[in-house]
Amino acid sequence: MDTQWMKTDVLVIGGGTAGTMAAIKAKQANPDGEVLILEKANIRRSGAIAMGMDGVNTAVIPGNSTPEQYVREITISNDGILNQKAVYQTGKLGFEVIQELESWGVKFQKDAQGNYDLKQVHRVGKYVLPMPEGKDLKQILTRQVKRHKAKVTNRVMATRVLVRNGRAIGAVGFDVRTGDFVVIQAKAVILCTGACGRLGLPASGYLYGTYENPTNAGDGYSMAYHAGAELTNIECFQINPLMKDYNGPACAYVASPFGAYTANAEGHRFISCDYWSGQMMLEIWKELNSGKGPIQLKMTHLDKDTISEIESILWSNERPSRGRFHEGRGENYRTDGVEMNISEIGLCSGHSASGVWVNEKAETTVPGLYAAGDMASVPHNYMIGAFVFGRLAGTNAVDYIEGLDHLEPDPDVLEVEKQRISAPLNNPNGVPHTQVEYKLRRLVNDYLQPPKVDHKMEIGLRNFVRYHESLEIMSARDPHELMRCMEVHFIRDCAEMAARASLYRRESRWGLYHYRLDYPEKNNEEWFCHVNLKKNESGEMVLFKRPVEPYVVDVDIEREVYDVAVR
Amino acid sequence: MALTTQRVDVPVIVDESKCLEKCTACIEVCPLDVLVKNPETGKAYMKYDECWFCLPCEKECPTNAITVQIPFLLR
Ligand SMILES: Cc1cc2nc3c(=O)[nH]c(=O)nc-3n(C[C@H](O)[C@H](O)[C@H](O)COP(=O)(O)OP(=O)(O)OC[C@H]3O[C@@H](n4cnc5c(N)ncnc54)[C@H](O)[C@@H]3O)c2cc1C
Ligand code: SF4
Ligand code: SF4
Repeated sequence: MDTQWMKTDVLVIGGGTAGTMAAIKAKQANPDGEVLILEKANIRRSGAIAMGMDGVNTAVIPGNSTPEQYVREITISNDGILNQKAVYQTGKLGFEVIQELESWGVKFQKDAQGNYDLKQVHRVGKYVLPMPEGKDLKQILTRQVKRHKAKVTNRVMATRVLVRNGRAIGAVGFDVRTGDFVVIQAKAVILCTGACGRLGLPASGYLYGTYENPTNAGDGYSMAYHAGAELTNIECFQINPLMKDYNGPACAYVASPFGAYTANAEGHRFISCDYWSGQMMLEIWKELNSGKGPIQLKMTHLDKDTISEIESILWSNERPSRGRFHEGRGENYRTDGVEMNISEIGLCSGHSASGVWVNEKAETTVPGLYAAGDMASVPHNYMIGAFVFGRLAGTNAVDYIEGLDHLEPDPDVLEVEKQRISAPLNNPNGVPHTQVEYKLRRLVNDYLQPPKVDHKMEIGLRNFVRYHESLEIMSARDPHELMRCMEVHFIRDCAEMAARASLYRRESRWGLYHYRLDYPEKNNEEWFCHVNLKKNESGEMVLFKRPVEPYVVDVDIEREVYDVAVR
Repeated sequence: MALTTQRVDVPVIVDESKCLEKCTACIEVCPLDVLVKNPETGKAYMKYDECWFCLPCEKECPTNAITVQIPFLLR
């Protein structure tokens, strides 16, 4: 393994939604500073928005809603556990983000009067802004990254954040094509590596047929953990209602403003709101487990032109292979409902609330380490939230590094990591990574998929702890396979965190996301708090309660309970 | 360890008659990095069965040589 050395002022790991914005904002804050994006894929088409997006889910547009109203809605839907100041940022800065994106050429839907054409999908308030022409989002961002002269290194996967004297001083990783070991020195590090999308195994059994872009394997969760940062709400899993087998959104956010709705096998509504929440997922789980048959996104009652419009949006954007999936099965929205199922479990604050702890400045608990996007703990943050926190991280990192020098990495730390990375390559006749990954994720399904119960989760935890032995016998025959092997390491870390955090919170909360059969009720007296975890000095995973920050927007969560069941 | 090779049906098909030897567009954009060139023929093919059926490869191919199918297990 040859070693490549790099040096920059601000290092952004992951050039997806949040990462490209973080780099642009860091360059805007100080055009003379050096900013480097390290990307496992190629920023032109990477991450959740590789093929664009068909809508903004969290648009707070003046005249339609206020940041206070938005914070209120997210507080109620997230059962009160959140840092309101952080969520407020998404409400406050989202509009500027939308305007800036528009100035770069991103198109948002407007009505005949030229106003943003917002739709109601949430229980209360209009926050969904369609982007029927949103398919080129990623190329537009890539162009801006270049225009702002941020540097980009594609096809290098980060594996660890370097920490010295208690601050983040860079990262290490390897080139997924040449296998070179890569060391990057930086004054501040921004993690933007997306969700942990490869935690559970999809029902199809296809390892990469996940809801999230499977390249996001929980890398940032694990790297932040090993850097000593706190993570939070890990027990608040991401579980989504998806097209069965295809595993992409059905997608009620696009179709419900046109009159479509989620229905049971008889065609009746059983939830009053199509906005994704744990409470909604619990109703879906109950309906599916009633044995009465499939659930569906129903649009057969809509007129033909409306259906064609829905098709043209869904089949060109975000997950454009949806159309060919239906075609292959001979299904048509005019005559058939879209059969739906429950996704595999994952970690993702973009949709639920599980992430690396950040405050309203995108700072983690490790100085010099920032996080943004799906991996940073701002609940229901979605795409605009990723942009907002990318922006905050980029700007604040530039402030932080003023007057700071680079620190030399500890050679022993580098050597240990080099050995860890090279191990699978040195064991070409070991167990293929595909088998090691399949079994790990199958165990995640067996023991962590809600409903959760302590006896099951304890067995799961024992398996995940013991799984280090399986990682040791895993093999890679080229740098590409090595990338997958190191991802399996990340997935194992996330599985252990998910088991421990779920065992720790002895109550039920967030609907299906943390539904415990042994503690089926919500218990605000004991559990109105975050469950945080971190690695202590002796290398053990420790869990503790962290109080919820004082609210800035008054919400009485005892009275205002999120309930979307149709009874 | 004793190993064997298993055959799998891969979702991405390349029409070799249309694939340009000097081009690497699909290989550059794939978020999973699963496409490579056959060093002997200079044609692209799917080397690793790890596909998100997301379509950048198909979209960026200048000659429409690529067809992405839904992976068999999901189809
Ligand atoms: C199918 C789908 C549909 C969605 N629909 C909507 C919608 O309609 N509206 C909405 O508002 N939101 C939607 N979302 C959510 C939204 O897309 C995400 O919240 C947002 O894009 C997350 O941004 P991110 O920067 O955290 O992650 P990403 O944009 O995924 O970026 C992560 C980046 O990190 C890179 N990376 C990962 N690990 C490493 C590593 N170890 N080293 C280097 N690089 C690494 C990845 O390659 C990727 O480029 C959807 C998400 C999905 C998956
Ligand atoms: S569909 Fe996506 S993951 Fe599959 S080969 Fe093409 S670009 Fe890669
Ligand atoms: S993009 Fe098309 S032409 Fe270019 S290498 Fe790929 S298949 Fe061949």
